[in-house]
Amino acid sequence: MSVKRDSFSLSFAVGAYGTAFGAASVTAHFTVLQSCLLSLLTFSGASQFAVIGVLGAGGSAISGIATATLLGSRNALYGLRMAPILKVRGLKRIVAAQVTIDESTAIATAQKDEADQVTGFWHTGFGVFVFWNIFTLLGALGAKAIGNPSAWGLDAAVPAAFIGLVWPRLTDRKSRLIAGAAVLLSLALVPIAPAGVPIITTALLAIIVGWRV
Amino acid sequence: MTPQWIAVIGTSLLAFTLKYLGHSVPASWLSHPRIQRINTLIPIVLLTALVAVNSVTVKTKIIFDHRLAGLAVAVTALLFKLPFPVIVAGAAIGSAIAYHFKY
Repeated sequence: MSVKRDSFSLSFAVGAYGTAFGAASVTAHFTVLQSCLLSLLTFSGASQFAVIGVLGAGGSAISGIATATLLGSRNALYGLRMAPILKVRGLKRIVAAQVTIDESTAIATAQKDEADQVTGFWHTGFGVFVFWNIFTLLGALGAKAIGNPSAWGLDAAVPAAFIGLVWPRLTDRKSRLIAGAAVLLSLALVPIAPAGVPIITTALLAIIVGWRV
Repeated sequence: MTPQWIAVIGTSLLAFTLKYLGHSVPASWLSHPRIQRINTLIPIVLLTALVAVNSVTVKTKIIFDHRLAGLAVAVTALLFKLPFPVIVAGAAIGSAIAYHFKY
């Protein structure tokens, strides 16, 4: 069945990014245990990179949590989309919620047949979960073993991961303009605002533009 | 409790709450076009701000260093549509080389 094969290959490819997360997380002064718990419990790549990115740059826990939570807000919209397809309750709904991410929703909504949508969601959700967590542990242990992260370029791996995540979203003029504005606003605030605040403040740009246009 | 622990627990609790909320609330609560538009823009602004702050700042100062070499490699890899692991690894290699040449 091709939906299962698609789910598996996507899960492995995406799960392998967990290596980058584990390494980046340890570089940002999170312990191996904390890195693994983020992958198990938060289980949302952009949010995880955000929280370690903010704290790694000296930001407070509150600004890290707020930035990560805003990035995770799209998962609520995915849940909205998946609920009528999955039709689950109780414990099963709790499990479904935890594996509601970009990839599981993308595979599910790409299927025509309703049974394939359900299969795609669960297989991709569980598949990414398993591989993401295994590779997070490997990346975290690897980074811990090599010492000075700058010497290995790991301090550039974090912004590179972010740029890789945002690049596919910069598809039109409006998104590029707002991205440019976010760069200017955040860097302008860096010398005057506490760490973490320059990043979260750019959410205002999204709210202002999204509200009006 | 360290800031890292607070961040791990807080982020995880809120991440799950948002996911569960989507599965549980009536569609009309979250499907307003305004909310959809803001939600499309939020990752764009936050991720680009994270790129900027993590590339060229140290604490409260703007500092251009070896990380920019890594970022240049990442952008080049993206222009050639290379896969994500290549982008991240390429950036690390570019930055490490620049670091060793003391940029």
